[in-house]
Amino acid sequence: MTEAIRTEGLVKTFGRTRALDGLEMSVHTGEVHGFLGPNGAGKTTTIRILLGLTRADAGTAQLLGGNPWSDATALHRRLAYVPGDVTLWPNLTGGEVIDLLGRMRGGLDKQRRADLLERFDLDPRKKGRAYSKGNRQKVALIAALASDVELLVLDEPTSGLDPLMEEVFREAIRDEQRRGDRTVLLSSHILSEVEALCDRITIIRDGRAVETGSLADMRHLTRTSIRAELSAPADGLAALPGVHHLHAEDGKVSFDVDTEALDSALRQLTAVGVRSLVSQPPTLEELFLRLYDRKGEAAPRGSGAGAEVAR
Amino acid sequence: MNELVGTGRLVRLILRRDRVLMPLWVVWIAIIPIGYVASINGLFPTAAGRQTYADESAHNAGFVALYGRLFGSSLGELVAWRAGFIPVAIGLFTILTVIRHTRMEEETGRRELLGATVVGRYAGLAAAVLTTCVANLVLGALVALGLMSQDLPAAGSWALGLEFAAAGWMFAALAAVVAQLTASARSARSIAIVVLAATYVLRLAGDISAIGSGAVSWLSWLSPIGWVQRIRPYGGDRWWPLALAVGVTAVLVWVAVALSARRDVGSGLLASRPGPASAGAGLRSPLALAWRLHRGLLLGWAVGFALLGIVFGGVAKSVGDMAQDNQTFADIVARVGGTAGVIDSDLAGSIGILGLIAAAYAIQATLKLRDEETSGHAEPVLSTATGRLRWAAGHLLFTFLGPAVALLASGLAMGITYGSTAHDVGGQVPRLVAGAMAQLPAVWVLAAIAVLLFGTLPRLSPVGWGALAACLLLFLVGGAVRLDQWVMDISPYTHLPHLPGGEVTATPLVVLTAVAAALAVVGLAGLRRRDMPTP
Ligand SMILES: Nc1ncnc2c1ncn2[C@@H]1O[C@H](COP(=O)(O)OP(=O)(O)O)[C@@H](O)[C@H]1O
Ligand SMILES: [Mg+2]
Repeated sequence: MTEAIRTEGLVKTFGRTRALDGLEMSVHTGEVHGFLGPNGAGKTTTIRILLGLTRADAGTAQLLGGNPWSDATALHRRLAYVPGDVTLWPNLTGGEVIDLLGRMRGGLDKQRRADLLERFDLDPRKKGRAYSKGNRQKVALIAALASDVELLVLDEPTSGLDPLMEEVFREAIRDEQRRGDRTVLLSSHILSEVEALCDRITIIRDGRAVETGSLADMRHLTRTSIRAELSAPADGLAALPGVHHLHAEDGKVSFDVDTEALDSALRQLTAVGVRSLVSQPPTLEELFLRLYDRKGEAAPRGSGAGAEVAR
Repeated sequence: MNELVGTGRLVRLILRRDRVLMPLWVVWIAIIPIGYVASINGLFPTAAGRQTYADESAHNAGFVALYGRLFGSSLGELVAWRAGFIPVAIGLFTILTVIRHTRMEEETGRRELLGATVVGRYAGLAAAVLTTCVANLVLGALVALGLMSQDLPAAGSWALGLEFAAAGWMFAALAAVVAQLTASARSARSIAIVVLAATYVLRLAGDISAIGSGAVSWLSWLSPIGWVQRIRPYGGDRWWPLALAVGVTAVLVWVAVALSARRDVGSGLLASRPGPASAGAGLRSPLALAWRLHRGLLLGWAVGFALLGIVFGGVAKSVGDMAQDNQTFADIVARVGGTAGVIDSDLAGSIGILGLIAAAYAIQATLKLRDEETSGHAEPVLSTATGRLRWAAGHLLFTFLGPAVALLASGLAMGITYGSTAHDVGGQVPRLVAGAMAQLPAVWVLAAIAVLLFGTLPRLSPVGWGALAACLLLFLVGGAVRLDQWVMDISPYTHLPHLPGGEVTATPLVVLTAVAAALAVVGLAGLRRRDMPTP
C-alpha cells in the first residue's frame, strides 16, 4: 500500500503558540482520510505545511512522494485544495474563478463542471462579492472536484453549507471514493461528516495525533446505547464487564456497552426474554468527547458498571 | 416620521464607534489654519511684506493651483488662502465617515441586524448625515473661535469656519447619494473620492485660467470647492455662496432619500450585473489574473496623469508670460536662459511632481500583493501549479510598468497641450515624453523598496509609503531650508536629470535602475523563503 501523505514529528510554532507538536500522520493512496480535531488543534497549519505555504520548524513531510516545500509547483499540478475560509475576488464571477483555478492546475473536466454546478445549485454568473460564505465555498469545491487530480485537500469544506448542500457534498465525495483512484484528505470538526465519509481517520489535538486508524478500529473505543423492555429482571447485567450507566426499572433497562462486550450483553438479555429493543450505534461524538474531556488519557476499558453509574 | 424612528440611538452608536477618530480629524483640521496665523505673522510681520508676498503669490500658477485665488494681502486673507486645500481634506474625511456608517453597515450586514429592531427606514442614513454635518459645524466653530482668539476679525473668522462646514455638508450629502448607488462600500468610496478629486481639478483649472487668459475660468463654477472659496473670508465675507451650498446639500439629501426609498437594504441602484458564466479563453495564467485585478487601477492612474499633464502643459506658457512681465524675475530669467529656460524649468518642476506621484502608484500596485495574500486570495492560486515568483511577477509587472504607462500618458498630454500653445507639438512631445520617462529609475527604486519590504518583512510593507513621504519631504522643503547635500542625496529623485532643459548623463539612471533591480531581487528571494501569512 502506497502513501499519499506522510508526516513525521512535524513541529510548527507561532511565537509562543505551539501549533504542531510532533505530528505523525499517514494517508494511504486512494482512501478518504478524515482529519478530525476541534478548532485550533492544528489542522489548517498541517495542511498549509503540506501545501508548501508554510515551512515546518522540525520534522518531515512527504506529499505524493515529493517534498511539499521544494517540489511545491510540480506537486500542485496533481492536487486540488479548498481552503477553510474561501474568499473570492470581488470583480470576478464564480464561473471565472472555477475556470481560472482549474486551468492553473492544468485542466478541468467540462462535463463534470457543468454537472457539479447543477448539483450544488450554484449560479456561476454572480460576482465574487455577491456570494454568501456557503456559495463561495461551493465555488472552490466545484473548482477542486472538477479538476483531474490525484489528491483533494479539503479544509473544513462544509462549514458554510446548509444540510441539503452538505448531502450533495457527501454524495460527491462518495463518487470520488467509488472511482477509487483519488485520495481525499478531509479536515473537519464535524464528526458525523467524517463518520459518514471516511475510510480512515486521524484525530488531532493540540498539535498531536491522538488516535489514528479505520472507523472500525475506533469503534472498539466506543459504546452502543441499548434500551430494552424485558419479560423479567436481568440480574446478570450489572456484573458484566463493559456495561456502563445501567438503569433498571419496572422491567425496563438502559445501559451503554463497549463494543467487545456487546455480544455477551445481548445474550444476557435474550436469556431473560426481550419485548422491545432500541440500540443506538456508537458515534464518534462520544469518542471525541471522551478523548478531549480526559486530557488525552487513554479511554477506560471494562470498568465496572457500578463505578460508572456513580459517576 | 416613523421612518426616522431610532435616529437618536443610531447617532449615539456612531458617536461611540467614532469616539476617537472623529474628534481627531475635526480637531486636527481645525488647528491647521490657526497654525498659519503664527507662521505668516512670523514670516511677514509688516503689511508691506505681506503685500509683496501676496502680489507674487496671486499670480504664481503653482500656488493658485494648490490653494486657489488670492485677492488681498491682509493677514486674514492670507490665512484663508493658505487654508485653500482644507476643504478637500474635510471632504475626504466626511466621505469616509458617511460611507462607513451607511453602505459599509449594509455590506457587512450589521444594518440588517439593526433593521430588525425598531429602526425607521431612513434612520441609518439620517444618523450618518446628521452626525457628520454636526461634526463639520463643530469644526467650523472651532476654526472661527480659534482665529478670533488670534485677534482676527470675527466676521471673517466665522466666514472661514462656515466655508469649511459648508464644504463638509455638501460632501456629506454627496456621499449619502453615492452610498445608495453601489452594493459595495469600496466602489462607493471610490466613486465619491473620484468626484471629490474632480471638483478639485475643476477648481484648479478654472483658477489657473483666471490668472492667465481667463478662457475657461468658468470651470471653477462647476466645483463646490470653487463656490465656498467665493465666500472670500476677511475680504468681503460674501454670504450668498453659503446659501448656495446649503441649497445643494438639501437637494442632495433629498435625492439620497428618494433613491434609498427605491431599493432594498443591502442592494445598490447600480445593480452588480451578472457576469460571464465561464472564463474567457485568455484568463488562464497568473498574469491574466493580475491584469484583471490591476486594469482599473492602471486606467485610473493613466487618465489622472494625462489630466495632470494637460493642466501642467496648459499653464506652462502663462508661467513664461508672467516671468516676462515681472521685473523682479528679470535677472533670474536671464540666468536660466530667457523665457524658454523659465518654461523648461517650470515643466521640469511639474515632471518632478509627476515622478513622485508615480511612485505612489508603484507602491500601491506592490501593496496589492500584500493585500492578495492577507485577504486569502493568494492561497488558492499558490496551491495550483503557480509558484510564488510567477504569482508575484504578474503583479510586479504593473508595479514597474504601470508607472511607465502613467508617465508616458502625462508626457504625451503635456507635450500636446504645451506644444499647441507654443506652436511646436512635434518638437515638444518627444522632449516632454523623454523628460517624464527619465523619472522612472527613481520611481523604480521606491517601488523596489516596497518589494523588498513585502518579501522580507511583510508586516512592514506599508512602510514603503514612509520612504515616499521622506522623498516628498526632501523635495518640498530640502531646497528651502538648505539641507546638506548628503541628506538630499538620500532621495533617488535628487539624482535625476532636470528635463526638459537640463543635462543628461547615463550614470545616475543606470545606477538607480541597478539599485532598484538589486532591492527587488532580494525582496523576491525573501518571498521564496518565508511563510505565506494565514488569511
Ligand atoms: N499565523 C499564525 N500566527 C499565530 N498563531 C497561529 C497562526 N496560525 C495558526 N495559529 C495558531 O495555531 C494553532 C492551530 O491553528 P490551526 O492550524 O488554524 O487550527 P485548526 O485549523 O485545527 O482550527 C491555533 O492555536 C492558532 O491560534
Ligand atoms: Mg482551520
